[in-house]
Amino acid sequence: MSSESAEFELAVPLEYHNVEGPAATSATATKEELLDVHAMMHRIRRMEISCDNEYKDKNIRGFCHLYDGQEAVAMGMRAAMTSRDNIIGTYRCHALQLMRGDTVSRIVGELFGRAGGSSAGKGGSMHFYSKQNRFWGGAGIVGAQVPVGAGIAFADRFNAIAEGASRDGPFPITVAMFGDGAANQGQIWEAANMSKLWHLPCIFFCENNQYGMGTSVERHSSNPRYFTQGGEAIPGIRINGMDYLSVREGMKWAKSYVERGQPLFVEVVTYRYHGHSMSDPGITYRGKDEVKQMRETKDCIKLVSKRIVDSGWASEKELKDREKAIKAEVAKEVELARAMPLPDAEELYTHVLHNETPKFIRGIDIGSSRVA
Amino acid sequence: MALRRALARVSGAQSSGRALAAAGARALSSEAAVEVPRLGQVDAIPSGPATRMNLFTAINQGMRAAMQTDDDCILFGEDVAFGGVFRCSMGLREEFGGERVFNTPLCEQGIAGFAIGYAATGRSCIAELQFADYIFPAFDQIVNEAAKFRYRSGGQFDCGGVTFRSPCGAVGHGGLYHSQSPEAYFAHTPGLKVVMPRSPAQAKGLLLSCIRDPNPCLFFEPKALYRASVEDVPDADYEIPIGKAEVVTAGDDVTLVAWGAQVHVMEKAAAMARDKLGVSCEVIDLRSILPWDAETVAASVNKTGRVVIAHEAPKTGGFAAEVASEIQERCFLRLEAPIQRVTGYDTPFPLAFERHYVPDALKVFEAVKAATSF
Repeated sequence: MSSESAEFELAVPLEYHNVEGPAATSATATKEELLDVHAMMHRIRRMEISCDNEYKDKNIRGFCHLYDGQEAVAMGMRAAMTSRDNIIGTYRCHALQLMRGDTVSRIVGELFGRAGGSSAGKGGSMHFYSKQNRFWGGAGIVGAQVPVGAGIAFADRFNAIAEGASRDGPFPITVAMFGDGAANQGQIWEAANMSKLWHLPCIFFCENNQYGMGTSVERHSSNPRYFTQGGEAIPGIRINGMDYLSVREGMKWAKSYVERGQPLFVEVVTYRYHGHSMSDPGITYRGKDEVKQMRETKDCIKLVSKRIVDSGWASEKELKDREKAIKAEVAKEVELARAMPLPDAEELYTHVLHNETPKFIRGIDIGSSRVA
Repeated sequence: MALRRALARVSGAQSSGRALAAAGARALSSEAAVEVPRLGQVDAIPSGPATRMNLFTAINQGMRAAMQTDDDCILFGEDVAFGGVFRCSMGLREEFGGERVFNTPLCEQGIAGFAIGYAATGRSCIAELQFADYIFPAFDQIVNEAAKFRYRSGGQFDCGGVTFRSPCGAVGHGGLYHSQSPEAYFAHTPGLKVVMPRSPAQAKGLLLSCIRDPNPCLFFEPKALYRASVEDVPDADYEIPIGKAEVVTAGDDVTLVAWGAQVHVMEKAAAMARDKLGVSCEVIDLRSILPWDAETVAASVNKTGRVVIAHEAPKTGGFAAEVASEIQERCFLRLEAPIQRVTGYDTPFPLAFERHYVPDALKVFEAVKAATSF
């Protein structure tokens, strides 16, 4: 059984601000866990690459932000959290939705604007939600989701105390995510300040992928050490976001800290391979060499694969076969999405208000007009 | 306690469910000090026991009723725990505790986002933005998050339990940043409801509707009326439906349309027109401008053929423009004179020139003359 579990060194130790936590220079993982994480990360990457292709074929329109490169972040969060915990994310949220239990076909269906998409075709790339798994969505406005997350955290604490929980928790936690580009929005601090005052179980989670759109952190932040943003008031932790096990270990500790009603800043340092959105080739403000080097030396899937192979849990060929199978599976899911019908025109007017009044929608000819 | 909370939660915002929750709350709660009958939505101010009070006291009563019938309903804003700058939340912290009534830091964008997050969990909250002039830092949260949460999630999530309360309008000395009436900005946003009461009894019923409405609501309180407007307010728990205007004074010759404090200006002008011109004016209080009751206004204009609309906000892009546009669509052949707008000027709200700026009865009277002599 010893071959089923192994200890792995973490290349970058966890770094703390104003708080003491475990050094975590290594972490243990099982064969089953790493094979599952390998498959899931690969699924995310194939989904995002498929989205890239579909966008180029004009089957996906509008705005689309891809997650490839950052897979370890979503997977590490998943390992540390339960479905009672809340996540409210940024617009770069395809992977979060998949991690929270949705399927590739429903996600791609949403990007195609289909009725069978995750949000009935009414949200698109930036707006995925899962009520039962407490994923409160991606938000189209940079940073706007963060104070909303504080309100969710308040509701959980309020509810738990009203139902007899201790005032020190443990409470379900809320992870309010934002990127490095949003980190200097005023509302991030507004929400953090309230969370500290009111003892909210809220993580202010900065996914630092090094660029706020096309501007590097050094150029857009006077303090790019985002885990120190809480200053004297709120502690922080910095995690290597290219290593699944680092994110898992860091988030496990973060959850144990926050669930007592103490907010925390978490910074995961990661990297996106694609540009900010589909209109950004991603190589005007950073060199091709930089991206290439990140792919070759820091890639989160490569790291997991290496650990699996080094532990003798699978050969490189076996992993390649698994990747091929996932590629085929994602391709099949994309076809399922393509076959989904478009939403009815009546849907234009639904979900504006609760119990809407009927409205007239002019069709191409008057005969195809209808009342929603 | 648990059952009471569960009942309130399950009931959501459905009217029948709420009645059930109220019944449950009464049955289970021995601490409720006074047994107040719940009447649900009413077309007219209910009869029955009433107490004479001013506008801020009526708002206080409305919030108290909402919090008594829903244990998850919370209230927060700048200084609300001490009663609020206009005294609207006096005594509520003492009655409901600091967990449910609390002060926020001075950060409107954060307050609004926080309120939306709380409401997104299926609970209701009242967020006070201390002056409507301070609502602009929260504009993005209200317009982009609150109003669109339901739509963009295909109906999976909403924040219908949120009500933003905010004092608005001229007060005699408020100057640029304590006098504005920003309702028209929000009327341009599907997904919101925008309400402005004219008096204490209206305020209590409309506020209770807003808090219990399953959509995000903005409730603008004309601050000049907080103490000045006094009338009998029913002790009962009642809701005035949002989106239904009220014909305050019936008349035949000219329709006067307003909301909030301007309704009183219209009434004064109507009396002047009757006494000095022998002109009979019909005064309509829209009560809510999103949705607004075009049917009631059109029915009146089809009768009178003449219309004057007044509001304190600047003329260009003001809500009177929307009302005028809808009237000409619906009543084009019945109009006997150009639609008259009596509004603030297209300037920032002035400190020294407030009397020149705010529509008064004389300006409305002049507009009535223009409409009747065209």
